[in-house]
Amino acid sequence: MKNLKRVLAVLLAMVMVFGLAACGGSSKKSGSVYWLNFKPELDETAQELAKMYTEKTGVAVKVVTAASGTYSQTLTSEMDKSAAPTMFVIGNQAGVKQWKDYALDLKGTAIANELNTDAYNLYDETGKLVSIGYCYECYGIIVNPDLIEKAGHSMDEITNFAGLKKVAEDIHKNASKLGFDAFSSSDMDGSSSWRFTGHMANLEYFYEERDAGGWSECPATLTGAYMDNFKNLYDLCINNSCTEPTALANGGHDAENEFKTGKAAFFVNGSWEYAAVSETVPNATMIPYYCGVAGEEKAGLNCGTENCWAVNAKASEADQQATIDFMVWLVSDPEAAGKMVGELGVIPYKSAPASQNGFLADAEKYTANGCYVMDWATNYQPNVDDYRAALVSALNKYNADQSAANWAEVKTAFVDGWAVQYQKANQ
Amino acid sequence: MKGIFKNPLRRWSWLFMGPIVAAFAIGFVWPFIQGIYLSFCKFRLIRDAQFNGVDNYIAAFADETFTHSFWYTALFAIVSLVLINVLAFTVAYLLTQGLKGSNLFRTVFFMPNLIGGIVLGYIWSMIFDGILSRYNTSILLETKYGFWGLIILMCWQQVGYMMIIYIAGLQAVPEDMLEAAKIDGATKSQTLFRVTIPNVMPSITICTFLSLTNGFKLFDQNLALTAGQPFIIQPDGTTIKTTEMLALNIYNTFYGSSSTSPGVAQAKAVIFFILVAGLGLAQLAFTRKREVQQ
Repeated sequence: MKNLKRVLAVLLAMVMVFGLAACGGSSKKSGSVYWLNFKPELDETAQELAKMYTEKTGVAVKVVTAASGTYSQTLTSEMDKSAAPTMFVIGNQAGVKQWKDYALDLKGTAIANELNTDAYNLYDETGKLVSIGYCYECYGIIVNPDLIEKAGHSMDEITNFAGLKKVAEDIHKNASKLGFDAFSSSDMDGSSSWRFTGHMANLEYFYEERDAGGWSECPATLTGAYMDNFKNLYDLCINNSCTEPTALANGGHDAENEFKTGKAAFFVNGSWEYAAVSETVPNATMIPYYCGVAGEEKAGLNCGTENCWAVNAKASEADQQATIDFMVWLVSDPEAAGKMVGELGVIPYKSAPASQNGFLADAEKYTANGCYVMDWATNYQPNVDDYRAALVSALNKYNADQSAANWAEVKTAFVDGWAVQYQKANQ
Repeated sequence: MKGIFKNPLRRWSWLFMGPIVAAFAIGFVWPFIQGIYLSFCKFRLIRDAQFNGVDNYIAAFADETFTHSFWYTALFAIVSLVLINVLAFTVAYLLTQGLKGSNLFRTVFFMPNLIGGIVLGYIWSMIFDGILSRYNTSILLETKYGFWGLIILMCWQQVGYMMIIYIAGLQAVPEDMLEAAKIDGATKSQTLFRVTIPNVMPSITICTFLSLTNGFKLFDQNLALTAGQPFIIQPDGTTIKTTEMLALNIYNTFYGSSSTSPGVAQAKAVIFFILVAGLGLAQLAFTRKREVQQ
C-alpha cells in the first residue's frame, strides 16, 4: 500500500512537470509559415486561406492576428520567441526604423516580381526593400449624394473648399428642417481620433512634401505652411456637425452609424468603410480633402497603405522560402487572390482580380481624370503614438474653446511636436 | 542516512516543494534578474540585447516627464492612502456596531473590487463626462478633474477591500478590554482612540501598505480614465502629460520608436521597483512599531 502511494506521488509529480513542459514547447518542422496578421478584419479569411494552403501543399501555416491597436506590442513579444513570425507587417517609416534589422531584403524575390507597382513598398536608408504592400487604401470625405440633393445642392458644386463650405454650412443651418446635418461626429477618443490626427493631418504633410519635391525619409522639422488649410477643413467639420464640438473629447458617438442612417451627409473616413456604408447608402462616394489650397480642383484621394509584408531575416532559409511561396500563392492563385481582394478591396499584384470597392474606383477615376494622388505622407509621423496623443490633447482643448491661443497650441503640437518627436525617435 | 529514511515528509519534500519553487524561479526570479540586466542594455528584442552601461539610467533621470509623473504619483498615493483608509475604517467601524443588514452592506461595499481596472476606468469616464459635459468640459480637459476623478474611482474600488481587513481587525479587539474601558467610564471616542485603534494597528499596517503600493503601481485605471490627458504643450513642442503616473510613463516609454527607448523604460522600471519597495518597507517599519502585543 505504501509503495503504491509512492508510485502514485511520483506519477502525479511527473504529470505536473511534463504538463508544464508541454505548454511551452511545440515541434517545429522545417519550412513552415507563421503569419502575424495586422488587420483584425482579415483574420477569418486569413485562417481560411492558411487551411486551404496546408491542404494543398502540406506546408504548415499558422496565422495569429494581433488585437486592434496592439500590433507593436504583440510583434515585440512574438519576435522574441524561438518560433518567431516568419511573415509580419512593417507599415510605416517608424516601423522600418524599429524592425529593419529583422526584415529580409525582398528585392528580386518571387513576391516582389508579382507586384504591379512600387508605390506601396517601404525601403530603409540603405535602399533595402524592407516590406512590400499587399493592399492599399484611400481616404477622404465620404459623401451621401442623395442627401446633398435633398438639401437643394448638387455634387457638381463641390470642386474645392469654397464649394464644400457653402454646401456644408447651408445644410448645417437648415439641419432641423432637413432632418440631417452636414458632418457626422468627429470624436476624439481612441477609436476615432486617428481620422483627424492621422488622416486629415495628411493634407498638411502632403502639400509640404509636394513643395519639398517629395520626402524619401522623415524630415526633421515641418514648416507648418498649410496649417491654415488644415484648420479650414477641421473647423468646417466640427462646427457643421450633428454633435457639438464641446462634446467630442470622450467620444461615444457613432459616426459611421450617423452616416449610414442618413443623419449626416459627410463622413471623414476611408475605403475600408465601403462594405459597411454601401449597404444603406449605395450611392456613397468619396471626395478629396478640399481645404483651400490653390489648384485643389485637381486633387485626388489620399492613397497609400500601412499594410506591408516583411519576411523575418532571422528565420531559417527553409521558412523564408516557404513564406515567400505562400505569399505568392496568396496573390496569384485565382481562388486565394479572389478572397484577398474580397476582403481587402484591392491588392497591387499583376494576376489579382479587379476590385469591387466603390471608393477605390473613385480614387482611380480621379487619377484617370488627371488629378494628383495625395500620398500618405502621414506614414512619416515620428514616434507616432506620442505625437498623435499630444495632438489629440491640443485638439480637445481647442474643441472646447476655439480661441486663437488654443489653435496656437494645436499648431505647436503639430509642427514643433514633430521636431521634438523626431529628435526622440532618432536618439 | 537512517534519519532521513525515518522521516518520509523530509525525504519527499523536494517533490512537493519542487514545482512551486520551479514555477517561482521561472515566473519571477529569473525575469526579475533579467530585467535588471536589461536595464543596462540597448535592445529591441531581449535576445539581441547589447550592454551599454548606465546610459539608460542617465536618460531616465534626465527625462522631465518621468520626474513629473513621479511627483504626480506621489501626490496621488498620499491622498488616496489617507482617504481610502479613513473611509474604509469608518465604514468598517459602523458595520461592526451591530446594525441591521450589516452583512448585505459588507457585500455591496466589497463588490466594486471585483471589477477590472480598465472596465472601471471607462465606466467612470462616462459617469464623470456625463456630469462635466453639462458644464461644457470633460475630465480630459482639466488636470484637477483627472486627479480627483482617479481618487474617486480608487476610493470606490478599494474602500470595500480595506473595509474587510478592518472588520476582521475590529472583531479581534478583546471584549474584556472594551468592557473594562466601559466600566472605567471611558467615552466612546476615548474607547475608539485609546483601545480600539491601538488594537487594530496590525490591520492599519497592512491596509496602509496595500494602499500605498497600489497607489504607486496604479496603471489600468490611469490608462482607461485619462491616459495622461490633458497635456501641457510647451512652446518648444515638448509635452508634459499632466495626469500620467509612473507605471503608464514606463509603458509609454517602452513603446517609443527610438532604438534606446525599451532600455530606458527598463531602467525606469528598476528605479520604480526600488522606490516602491523602499517606501513600502519604510512604511511597514513605521507602523509596526505602533502595533501592540495582546
